[in-house]
Amino acid sequence: MSSPNAAYPDTPDQATKPKRHEWPLWEVFIRGQHGMSHRHVGSLHAPDADMAVKNARDVYTRRNEGVSIWVVEARHIAASSPSDKGPLYEPSESKVYRHPTFFDIPEEVGAM
Amino acid sequence: MYAQMIKSEATQEDPEKLAAFQARIDAGEKIEPKDWMPLGYRKTLIRQIGQHAHSEIVGQLPEGNWITRAPTLERKAILLAKVQDEAGHGLYLYCAAETLGVTRDEITEMLLDGRMKYSSIFNYPTLTWADMGAVGWLVDGAAIMNQVPLQRTSFGPYSRAMIRICKEESFHQRQGYDIMMKMASGTPAQKKMAQDALNRFWYPSLMMFGPSDKESVHSEQSMAWKIKMNTNDELRQKFVDQTVPQAEYLGLTVPDENLKWNEETGHYDFSQPDWSEFFDVLKGNGPCNRERLAARNKAWDDGKWVRDGLLAHAEKKAARKVAAE
Repeated sequence: MSSPNAAYPDTPDQATKPKRHEWPLWEVFIRGQHGMSHRHVGSLHAPDADMAVKNARDVYTRRNEGVSIWVVEARHIAASSPSDKGPLYEPSESKVYRHPTFFDIPEEVGAM
Repeated sequence: MYAQMIKSEATQEDPEKLAAFQARIDAGEKIEPKDWMPLGYRKTLIRQIGQHAHSEIVGQLPEGNWITRAPTLERKAILLAKVQDEAGHGLYLYCAAETLGVTRDEITEMLLDGRMKYSSIFNYPTLTWADMGAVGWLVDGAAIMNQVPLQRTSFGPYSRAMIRICKEESFHQRQGYDIMMKMASGTPAQKKMAQDALNRFWYPSLMMFGPSDKESVHSEQSMAWKIKMNTNDELRQKFVDQTVPQAEYLGLTVPDENLKWNEETGHYDFSQPDWSEFFDVLKGNGPCNRERLAARNKAWDDGKWVRDGLLAHAEKKAARKVAAE
């Protein structure tokens, strides 16, 4: 993943397009409340990290939606691809014993 | 709607892939940017989401017009917050469009040089303070009719943008109706202003849904793809049914002699807007088309040195950091 556009590799007409000189794309993560993890809320453009945080504050926290902001330039995110779905996730489908409900524990034993 | 007259693109692709794609949509799955999608789906969505985003941005102009002249500090703060929301809505939507392979600046340039459109409603002027009420009540009200079902649209980023937007949109409509209530219960002159605003915005609001799409093949394709959820006529009827009692509550008269409740259908009968006016405005001949586009172009040109300067500064800082390491 070397260019912002690489985040969307299946888009056909990008390969031929010359790279444009634009503010880079940042992905925004907000911690909604204390004790929760940061969640992806969207993206925005900004020239640098400081401005990205300021813009994220204006765009994504106008109604007390957050207590903390992370921003990361989109080109730094490595992503799995839809075609990897099988190899990545199918193996866990057959491993039902990973779920606690797989085991029958006698009632006499109590909560477990 | 905020996206009017969107033609869906014909698609010539592997029938097997197309069928699998349609099956995913029929099963209610969301399509994400990296998933395979027909070129027509991609192009139609870029046009639709782009036009919607442009409408949010251009839509700031008729309301921004009244920020400095709002009657009280409270009204001014509220209007400012609403216009700021519209900027935010535009940004969410631009980001959704960008996931389809078009850059922010490209799509902006397409608005500025007229290759892309925005909703016809924003080519009407806002002449009095009561227009701020009418815009919030009717224009945002019409927009909500379309946006609520679009939360279930098949394209993931578009759906998520719509969910965020709908959360904020209800504030917009309520603040508009609040202005109308104040005006309609005010002095005779204020009530007259409220009625005048309703008179001028009623038919343009009905036009927002676009012409009847009974015979449109494009609309059929878009509905199969779940990027259009209802027909234009369905949404228009729903809007009229919802809005007429609200006008009655205000003691205002909807400017339509043919408007009447139809016991049989359970809906209001109403007059169609003048569609030749709609097409004329779309062509660029509305009262404010030139002014709106000129304002957007000026903002883009005047802001160029800021965009370039900040980028140059960021690159210089990054280069210094690399040199120091």
